[in-house]
Amino acid sequence: MRSDPNTRSPLTLKIAAAAGLLFMHLPILLIFVYAFTTEEKSYQWPPPGFTLRWLEVTWNRADVWQALWLSVRVAAVSTAGALVLGTLCAAAVSRSKFFGRESISLLVILPIALPGIITGIALRSAFNLADIPFSFWTIVLGHATFCIVVVYNNAVARFRRTSGNLIEASMDLGANGFQTLRYVLMPNIATALLAGGMLAFALSFDEVIVTTFTAGQQATLPIWMLEELVRPRQRPVTNVVAMVVVLVTFLPILAAYYLTKGGDNLAAREK
Amino acid sequence: MSTANAAILPPRSGPSGAASDAFWRHPTLLLFLLLTPPLLWLGIVYLGSLLALLAQSFFSIDHFTGRIDYSFTLDTYRELFTTPANIDIIVRTVLMAASVTIASAIIAFPIAYYAARYARGKWKALFYLGVMLPLWSSYLVKIYAWKLILAQEGILNWIFHKLHLYWLMDAYLSLPVIGGHSLSISYTGTFLVFVYIWLPYMILPLQASLERVPDNLLEASSDLGAKPSETFWNVIFPLALPGAIAGSIFTFSLTLGDYIVPGVIGSSRYFIGQVVYAQQGTAGNIPLAAAFTIVPMVIMGFYLWMAKRMGAFDAL
Repeated sequence: MRSDPNTRSPLTLKIAAAAGLLFMHLPILLIFVYAFTTEEKSYQWPPPGFTLRWLEVTWNRADVWQALWLSVRVAAVSTAGALVLGTLCAAAVSRSKFFGRESISLLVILPIALPGIITGIALRSAFNLADIPFSFWTIVLGHATFCIVVVYNNAVARFRRTSGNLIEASMDLGANGFQTLRYVLMPNIATALLAGGMLAFALSFDEVIVTTFTAGQQATLPIWMLEELVRPRQRPVTNVVAMVVVLVTFLPILAAYYLTKGGDNLAAREK
Repeated sequence: MSTANAAILPPRSGPSGAASDAFWRHPTLLLFLLLTPPLLWLGIVYLGSLLALLAQSFFSIDHFTGRIDYSFTLDTYRELFTTPANIDIIVRTVLMAASVTIASAIIAFPIAYYAARYARGKWKALFYLGVMLPLWSSYLVKIYAWKLILAQEGILNWIFHKLHLYWLMDAYLSLPVIGGHSLSISYTGTFLVFVYIWLPYMILPLQASLERVPDNLLEASSDLGAKPSETFWNVIFPLALPGAIAGSIFTFSLTLGDYIVPGVIGSSRYFIGQVVYAQQGTAGNIPLAAAFTIVPMVIMGFYLWMAKRMGAFDAL
């Protein structure tokens, strides 16, 4: 049983928790201030003045648009691939017990559990050995591999809560496998797949470590950011891009949270 | 008669119907079809690449021609472990990963504890999102934010100046090892950014393990006369430890393999990730880069084995 909700928490605990949360959020908020600064040459604080000029300058930058477009395409294709592979894997693991089931979970999690640099250099050396030139597809290959786990985790959790009786009932009542999939299984797991897909998209959209090894000369948005971080050329444009990236990644996270909210809270309570 | 017939439906018609019946009768066939695509993908793309990498660490590079000699040798490993500079890099990276892990655990604990034991309803959701949003927001943007904060003309130095405490910053920067010319090019800077970026990975498992501590244990402890600090060290801490270890798997592993943070914010001294990147890129010494990646893999393997023995996986 939970403690009485009226129990007062010690003041020091409150302060420490609030300070921790502030530590996690203030740096991100700072990005929003810097996106409007009039200062061009340094990271001066406080900003000498505010302007909307850099939004326009960034809007007219072809290299930013190209990088953004490449990132969106890579994320979309990788997410699609990860959705298929992750769901298949989750369906197999949750519906039956078989030899090696545990190792499949491990195999799916491994690309994200091992440091990204290992996945990256492994893929790069494999491309080298096999004489595969860098292309759009080499990026996708890497991204889809580590996105599988996000879809898999979401789908497995939902499959566990979906009763197998529903499927048996559907089949007993004469539906064929595709009808069962379309009318019984899909409505049950759709929101979990949507949430998994959004998280996979966010993961791929933001990935930089593996991408530096598999992109060759192409620049995704994170690679563009990385170049600006190492050798700043036009700081105000970087500030604006950083702000846009924060906004773009927040939306899928919030959406994924609301899509899985009811179920996850339930699961957390059952623990 | 007719009811009995109606109860047993005729076999489904058409090829899709026949397939459905076949899958229903032979679940292993379906299982096989479900598992083949993901296993082929992960097996060929991922494990294949990992094995290729492992194999390359047993090749060597000819230092005169710069070409890779494709014959089995342990020379690359010998080079790795007998060069003092390489040992320095490994020790430096492991020490950084360990201190980042400990600091994250200390900062994460109050947040996880409050969220697990006191936050209810709206506040609980706020805490959850408050951890999830930084967890998922862009890695590079987070590093960039710290570049802004730690810059010489940035907000942190401004605060110290305004509070007339800049002598304190100067005193700190003049310390050996952790100090430096400015925070953005010191180990302290690297450390702060690592803690900031990996903190949510520590909070989530810690919170999960704290939520499973039954309240009556704490009540029993205080009924039996324990002071709050005694309850903490004898009851809460041992029960939260598996969660902290589960979180430390992430903070430790992610710090071991990162090469971007120390490159953007830090002294120019190398970490494992940076050596791997430099060796495979500009130096073109793929065998040495491959051998270097084995180090974090072995360390993590050992770490996971210890974590498993301490029951950390139940807390994940």
